[in-house]
Amino acid sequence: MAEPLLRVEKLVRRFGGITATDHVSLDVSAGELHAIIGPNGAGKTTLISQLTGHLSPHAGSVSLGGRDITYLPAYRRCALGLARSFQITSLLLDFTAADNVALAAQAHAGTSFRFFADARKERGLRDAAHAALDRVGLSHRADVVVSRLSHGERRELELAVALASKPKILLLDEPMAGLGATESQRMVKLLQDLRKEVSIVLVEHDMPAVFALADRISVLVYGRVIASGDPAAIRGNDEVKRAYLGDQHVVTRHD
Amino acid sequence: MKALSVSKAVTALVLAGLVLLPLYSQLSGNIFILTLFTRIVILALAAASLNLIMGYGGMMSFGHAAYLGIGGYAVGILAQEGVGSGFIQFPVALAASALYALVIGALSLRTRGVYFIMITLAFAQMAYYVASGLARYGGDDGLTVYKRSDFFGLIDLSSRVQFYYLCLACLFGVVFLIWRIVNSRFGLVVQGLRSNEQRMQAIGFPAKRYQLVCFVISGTMCGLAGALLANNTDFVSPAVMYWTRSGDLMVMVILGGMGALFGPVMGAVVYLLLEEFLSQITEYWALIMGPLLLLIVLFGRGGIMGLLGRADRG
Repeated sequence: MAEPLLRVEKLVRRFGGITATDHVSLDVSAGELHAIIGPNGAGKTTLISQLTGHLSPHAGSVSLGGRDITYLPAYRRCALGLARSFQITSLLLDFTAADNVALAAQAHAGTSFRFFADARKERGLRDAAHAALDRVGLSHRADVVVSRLSHGERRELELAVALASKPKILLLDEPMAGLGATESQRMVKLLQDLRKEVSIVLVEHDMPAVFALADRISVLVYGRVIASGDPAAIRGNDEVKRAYLGDQHVVTRHD
Repeated sequence: MKALSVSKAVTALVLAGLVLLPLYSQLSGNIFILTLFTRIVILALAAASLNLIMGYGGMMSFGHAAYLGIGGYAVGILAQEGVGSGFIQFPVALAASALYALVIGALSLRTRGVYFIMITLAFAQMAYYVASGLARYGGDDGLTVYKRSDFFGLIDLSSRVQFYYLCLACLFGVVFLIWRIVNSRFGLVVQGLRSNEQRMQAIGFPAKRYQLVCFVISGTMCGLAGALLANNTDFVSPAVMYWTRSGDLMVMVILGGMGALFGPVMGAVVYLLLEEFLSQITEYWALIMGPLLLLIVLFGRGGIMGLLGRADRG
């Protein structure tokens, strides 16, 4: 058996008395799109934050390509090929779209302790930026300052920034959040293309999108993985149905 | 983009004025104006260095005057001990400032926001009290520099005009360096960190080391201003490091326009000229200066350069 690209073992994170991540284990193989779903407050973003290094777990381990990265800071994980997008768009608002992407490329192209040459005239970085923007269909907006981009465009830019670091694995935290129907469709199409090139962990509320895209789905409820399997298995799983997919009573009763 | 914008025209005019000032001083016989402008140019250099961390780097240092003192005391103490060569005094002033910035920066950058402001202020006040305690070097009363830095006859610092041009060359040199830095890879990272530190970490940049290097560069530049200032006044005292002086530098940067290349130069010229003329009119000049600054900060976001920029856009 090949070592999975990303392996999460018995991860635990508490906030006061609440266990937001409760012994979560999951694997992501190379080339796989692994979706994580669960109702609001299930601990999806908490889990992602521990994978990216923005939050430290209290127990358990995370490894990337066989290497233990549980306590590595975020910037080191990124260098190892792990990139993320944020649930709430997090970009450099006063920079242009191209600058945002070029900086991500720069982080992976030699030292940034260069003080004299104009970085905006570095061919390699600009080309990489335009390639990534082109990938998400934003090349015509390259020179627009991010604060003037629409919400949908910013979501796409998030993706371009993540791509520019040439990641082995992409962690996407609700890339469809707040998108309209057509924008969502474009995003799904985009992800369908991307998944051929890179492994993806997708946290998403948009169920049709998840079931259309995922190879495997893990269902998170109250910090625990209650089921994990291919879309058909998840669709047929009674516990999942009860906890999440249809039966509102079960969910609201716990609220 | 228009070929000639208002902001560029005004900046060019001010810079040309600075270059031609000694000529005017000679022709009109007004020596005082040259002395005044030497001080303005030196403090503009200090403000420009502060703008690098404050305007571009988002690091609100409230202790920048410490470098004026460190640079100044390096010159004063070496002169007192019989080392009069500028080729030793100036490098020592820069190195001491860099070292101070490295230590203070490493400690201060563990904090953010208001805490960063307060800790940089606290360290500068510590430097102030240390200087006050230097009994051998004048303590509270300060230290007279009897002989200006000697550059082996290459340039004569006792000549008002030559000294003025030395200061102006230093100012232009530093502004040029800052211009290169903010457009370099390093500069983009530092500005990215100001804009969104979380995002920069996520794309693979360790925030602190870039900010620390920027902090050190800025402190070193300001140390140069300190060394020039001691030569200008033939005197250095703890007062040059007092927190109000750090505040003056911040006001110059904000008044001129944070993160605008020539903002601090404009800010220093306007602020110090206003101070000069208002204090001639009335003893209570601060009563006029205060509200004036408030108005500019409230209504002219981006300071003078911001206002000029808006004039460009019509």
